[in-house]
Amino acid sequence: MSQVFLGLPTAQRPTLPTAPAGVGHLRGDRSFPDAAREALRDGQLRANLGHATSTIRAKRASVVGEVPDWEQLRAAGKAIKAATMARLDEHLEELERQVTARGGTVHWARDANEANAIVTRLVRDTGADEVVKVKSMATQEIGLNEALEAAGITAHETDLAELIVQLGDDAPSHILVPAIHKNRAEIREIFLRTMPQFQGPGVDTSLTDDPRRLAMAARAHLRERFLRARVAISGANFAVAETGTLAVVESEGNGRMCLTLPQTLITVMGIEKLVPTWRDLEVFLQLLPRSSTGERMNPYTSLWAGVTPGDGPQEFHLVLLDNGRTAVLADEVGREALHCIRCSACLNVCPVYERTGGHAYGSVYPGPIGAVLSPQLTGVEDNASLPYASSLCGACYDACPVAIDIPSILVHLRAEHVEAQTRTTPEAVAFRALSTVMSHPRLWRLAQRAAGLGRFLARGRPTLPPALPPPASAWTRSRDLPAPPGETFTQAWAREHRS
Amino acid sequence: MRVALFATCLVDTMVPHVARATAVLLERLGHEVVVPPRQACCGQMHVNTGYRREAVPIVANHVRAFAGAEAIVAPSGSCVASIHHQQAAVARRAGEHALADEAAELAGRTYELSQFLVDVLGVTDVGAYYPHRVTYHPTCHSLRLLRVGDRPVQLLRAVRGLDLVELPGADQCCGFGGTFAIKNADTSTAMLTDKMANVLATHAEVCTAGDASCLMHIGGGLSRLRSGTRTVHLAEILASTEDAVSPGQSMKPAVNR
Repeated sequence: MSQVFLGLPTAQRPTLPTAPAGVGHLRGDRSFPDAAREALRDGQLRANLGHATSTIRAKRASVVGEVPDWEQLRAAGKAIKAATMARLDEHLEELERQVTARGGTVHWARDANEANAIVTRLVRDTGADEVVKVKSMATQEIGLNEALEAAGITAHETDLAELIVQLGDDAPSHILVPAIHKNRAEIREIFLRTMPQFQGPGVDTSLTDDPRRLAMAARAHLRERFLRARVAISGANFAVAETGTLAVVESEGNGRMCLTLPQTLITVMGIEKLVPTWRDLEVFLQLLPRSSTGERMNPYTSLWAGVTPGDGPQEFHLVLLDNGRTAVLADEVGREALHCIRCSACLNVCPVYERTGGHAYGSVYPGPIGAVLSPQLTGVEDNASLPYASSLCGACYDACPVAIDIPSILVHLRAEHVEAQTRTTPEAVAFRALSTVMSHPRLWRLAQRAAGLGRFLARGRPTLPPALPPPASAWTRSRDLPAPPGETFTQAWAREHRS
Repeated sequence: MRVALFATCLVDTMVPHVARATAVLLERLGHEVVVPPRQACCGQMHVNTGYRREAVPIVANHVRAFAGAEAIVAPSGSCVASIHHQQAAVARRAGEHALADEAAELAGRTYELSQFLVDVLGVTDVGAYYPHRVTYHPTCHSLRLLRVGDRPVQLLRAVRGLDLVELPGADQCCGFGGTFAIKNADTSTAMLTDKMANVLATHAEVCTAGDASCLMHIGGGLSRLRSGTRTVHLAEILASTEDAVSPGQSMKPAVNR
C-alpha cells in the first residue's frame, strides 16, 4: 500500500488490529512443511482424501459444465463482492437498521474474545446450559465451543460431519466436509464408542458402516437434542442488507431444525458476508451449490428476518464479527480473499490440499483460500509458512466461483512476509545477490560459468550426487539433478555467430 | 521473420540443448534467429519467492536486452506467463512506470513456442520425425495462465512416427512450483510421485512438455527411480527430423543429453 493515512508517513501508519492470539483456531502450532511431512506419511488419510476430493471434483465439473453462462455468473459474483466491500460500512449499518426494525438485536464484536463473551452472556441470560449449533466457520474460527464449555455450557454440533469431528475429539479438516479425512469404517467406530445410544448393557450395537445406518444413528442422536434445545447458534452464508434477512445454506435439514425450534437464535457472522440486495443473493445461490456440493440447487436454504411473533425463535441476536477482517480489507491486493463464499471448490482441486489434508494448515480455513485468508486475519508473521504452501498451479483460481485470484494473493503475501523481516536472512542475501547478478549481463555470464563447474561434482555421470548441502539437498533427496553442461547456449551461440 | 530467442535462465544454464532445439526448429521453418547476448532471467523466481523489489532490476535488464525485437520466443510457458502477468506489475508497484509500460509493450510481442508456431506462424506440421511413444504433460502455467490449450498436442499429432498417448490426470501439477520444490520438498515429492505413476502407466518412452523446469522435476524423479522413461522438451521433439534423430537417444537417461 502506498497510501498515507492521517498524514503520517507510510512506515508509521497505524496498523489495523488482527485476530488476537490465544483464542480460536487460526494458528497452527507448527509450520506447514513440518505438519505436512507428518500428514503425508498417513496412507489412510491420503486414500480418504484422494477418494473424496476426486469424487467432488468430478461432480462439480459436471454441474458447472451444464451452465452456459457460468463465466458471466462468476464475473457477476466477483463484481458484486467488490462493489459491496467498497461500501461495507454503509451496508453494515443498513443491515443493523433492518435487523433491529424487525425485532432482532445486533452486536458488534471487534474480535474473537468479544464475540465469545457476547454469545456466552446471551446464552447465560436464557438460563440454558446447552445449545445446538448449525455448522459455522465463524464460530470455529473464534473457538466458541471452547469458550462456552469454559462457562459450563455444552455446545452440540448438529451437522453430520461436524458431529463426527466433535464426537471424535478431532478438528475439522475441510470447510464444507469437516470429516473428509475420515472414512465410513472410522466413522462407525467413533459412533459406537461415543454415542449414548450404543453404551450400556443390552443395547443394540449391530451398527454397520452402511451410510444409511450411520445417518440413522446420527439422526436418532440429534433428534433428541433438537427437541430439547432452547438456544441455537448459527453462522450465516449471507445477509441481505436491504431487508435484514439472514441466510443459511445447508443440505441435511439440521440447520432448519436449529433455526426454527429453539426460543433463542444467536447468529455469528463475519462482516464480509453481506450482500446489499436480494438481486445480489440470486447470483450467489446459483454459484454456491454447484461449486460446493456439486448440486444444481441447494436442498435447505433458510432465510429469516428478525423475529415473527408465534413462529420460530422469539429472540434473535446477530453478532457481527471483525476479528481481523478490516485489516484484510485495507490491503488492496489481499482484500479479494474476503469475497470467499466458503464453497471449498479450491480445496477440492488443490493438489497440495489433496495430499496433506486440512490439519496441516493449522487453521480452520485450510487449502488455497486458507493459505491467503489465515495469514491476513492473524497478520502474516503468525502464519508465515502458509503463503508458500502452494505450487502456484492456478487450479484454485479457475475453480473459484467468485474468481478470487488466489495465486496472485499468495505471491503478494510472500512479498509481505519477506518485506516484514527485520533481520537479513540467508535466503534474502542469496536472492539480493542473484538480483544483482541477473541484472548485469557480465556478472550473469560469470555466474553461469561458475554453475557449470558443478559438473565436476558429477564426476562424468549424467546427474549430480544425491548428497549435496542444503538447500540443494531438499531437491536431491528425492530427485536427481542433471550435471550442468560445460557451455551455456548463449555462450555457444555467441561463439558460433562471432563475425 | 526475425525472431529473438529468450533461452530463459534455467534452459541456458542447465539444459542448453532445449534452446538449441528451438533455434534449429525456427531456422528450419525459414526464420532468422537472433539471441540477444545481454539476456538473463525474466524475474519470476524472485517475484514468486517474495522478492518483488529485487525482481525489478532483473525485469529492467530483460527489457533492455530485448528492446526493439520484432517477436520474442521462449521455450517456456512459465517464463512467458511471468513476462505477461508479472513484469509490468512489479515494475509499477515499485513506481517504475516507464519500465512497466515498456515491459507490457514487450510482453505483447513475447510468445511461448507452441503459441508462436500455431498462432503467429500458422503451422501445426513442422516437418518433424520422432519415432517414439510419447505422453504430453500440460504444465500449469501453459495451461492456466497462457491458455495454450491443445496447441502442443496439435503440433505433436503432426509429428511423423510419434505415438502420442494420453496422460491420465494430465492437468494435475507435477509439484515443481519453483522454490516450492525446496521449501515444501515433501509435499512436492508426493505430487511428483503421483505424476510419475501416471506417466509410467502410459508406458511411454518419453514424457514431454513445454517447460524445461517441470521436465527437470519429473525427469529428476524418473531418473532417480531408474525408470527408463525420460523427459524431452517439446522443442526437441519438433526439432527432430529423419536426419537429426540420434540413434542412441533412446538409450540415454532422462535428465542428460
